[in-house]
Amino acid sequence: MQNKLLELTAAAQQINSGASLAIGGFTSQRHPTALLRELIRQKRKDFVVYAHSAGSELDLLIGAGCVRRVEAAYLADGVLAPIAPNWRRFIESGELEFEDYSNAAMMARFTAGAMGLPFFPTLSMLGTDMLEQDGLSPESRERDPEAAVCKAVLMDCPFSKRKVVLVPAITTDFCLLHVQKASPAGLVRIEGQEFLDVQMALASRRVIVTCEELVDDEELRREPERNRIPSFAVHGVVHVPFGAHPHGVHNYYDYDPDHLILYNNSAETEDGLVRYLDRFVYGVEDQASYLNAVGGRVQLEALKAHSGFGYNPKLRRRVA
Amino acid sequence: MKILQHSTTEIMVVAAAREIADGEVVFAGTGLPILGAMLAQRMHAPNCDIVFEAGAVAPRMLHLPMSVGDSRTLFGAAQAAGLFDVFNYILQGGRVDVGFLGGAQIDRYGNLNSTALGPDYRHPKVRLPGSGGSADVSALSSRTVIIARHEKRRFPERVDYRTSPGWLVGGNSRERAGIPGGGPAAVVTTLGVIKYRPITREPYLASYHPGATPLNVKAETGFEIDCSEAVETSAPSNDELEILRRVVDPEGIFLRG
Repeated sequence: MQNKLLELTAAAQQINSGASLAIGGFTSQRHPTALLRELIRQKRKDFVVYAHSAGSELDLLIGAGCVRRVEAAYLADGVLAPIAPNWRRFIESGELEFEDYSNAAMMARFTAGAMGLPFFPTLSMLGTDMLEQDGLSPESRERDPEAAVCKAVLMDCPFSKRKVVLVPAITTDFCLLHVQKASPAGLVRIEGQEFLDVQMALASRRVIVTCEELVDDEELRREPERNRIPSFAVHGVVHVPFGAHPHGVHNYYDYDPDHLILYNNSAETEDGLVRYLDRFVYGVEDQASYLNAVGGRVQLEALKAHSGFGYNPKLRRRVA
Repeated sequence: MKILQHSTTEIMVVAAAREIADGEVVFAGTGLPILGAMLAQRMHAPNCDIVFEAGAVAPRMLHLPMSVGDSRTLFGAAQAAGLFDVFNYILQGGRVDVGFLGGAQIDRYGNLNSTALGPDYRHPKVRLPGSGGSADVSALSSRTVIIARHEKRRFPERVDYRTSPGWLVGGNSRERAGIPGGGPAAVVTTLGVIKYRPITREPYLASYHPGATPLNVKAETGFEIDCSEAVETSAPSNDELEILRRVVDPEGIFLRG
């Protein structure tokens, strides 16, 4: 059996500037943030990122200047940070190419990519400005081999004559996931909601998975109904405990409300963002020193999920 | 018995919760819609099932989630699924009775904007998070209930960007656009409850909350609204307020202030 174990730095070295990325997770949950911080430290640029409901993991990547284009439905950490601050600032100042879809439309696009289909039909986005106004100009689509020819097509169903919307498939160079358990061979188990991670992985040419726990392949194979991505679809596995902090991982730890609010407040100004990056990304050389910088063992212990809940029912929360 | 005083946020959540009937399937968005759904489940609609786009299906939540992806949405859930199952089989399959949503801007016909403020979408004055599942829920639920703070700037004649379809431009325009779901039934605000006429889909004030008047509503609404049939919203009961404060949001995440 092939051993796909990698160190975090080596995993990040495989991901080239200019690549297209799908990043797993959903708003405040299960994003591969340790791997993304390593990509920022390695000074990657010009990523094209496809997302559904992203949170501050993508916002930080945008703020660090690593992203040239985003196609997404939503960027925010729920009510902890109701508008992702760099998403907002970069679009308002014209520094980021973007295209809006709904979550169901992005789901349909990744599903098409995962199934080897060129497009997918949806009944969503009818009657909305997502079909009337394009974020990307026709010229920029023509220039960019990564972009679909157009955003979406409205058509009459040839069978029922109902109106349907066709959205183009997404196939990315890389899918980056953070999951609860994986084997060294790349067999993936996801606990709690799977979000769109499975479709994103299967719509991608290379899949790199960071995990809370490294588990023997034999152990995962004892309950195959709980495994979500076969190892032949996975190309790299990195063992990174707390690899989604400040986001939560079901059954392992909660999101860190204080840190998400600190991020949100910092990133609202360029100066604040620079200070945040210095303190939590450039100023820490690896995941261990990052975890120390965010409060070390005491803070991480306070986030740990309680048995029977999947989160910490005693966590103190507030809004930004 | 002492009657508890309520805040404008509390009566908005209570009035929204009352729009849910027992046994219905509710698709809830992040923020106040979740409070409304959790309150309904503990009051008059114990058999309503809540679904979340991130994957939680029919939970019995104990703690308030901060987003629809929060692990708290999974407590006591029937299933932990993902976007594929929830959007395809539950929502587009026609199994959602009521979609519960918020929005930054709401116009005369109940269309929502959560994408961008200003006249130029590519160069907005304020960029917002985006649709998320809002456009999907608005198009594909049997009906929607919208929750929003009532301020003139939030209630323009026409939204700057139509993220989520309401009654579009009124009449049968929604049907003509091919949208399969039912459209907005109510907009519940800090001042009252707006509903829509059959056929014309023109808005009217169905009720104004205790402390507010139809005149307040007119002053804070950027479009013409018929208030001639409005009655006073029945005040939140002590039970509704106690459950909201002690059980749904004991941390005061939304209700404080």
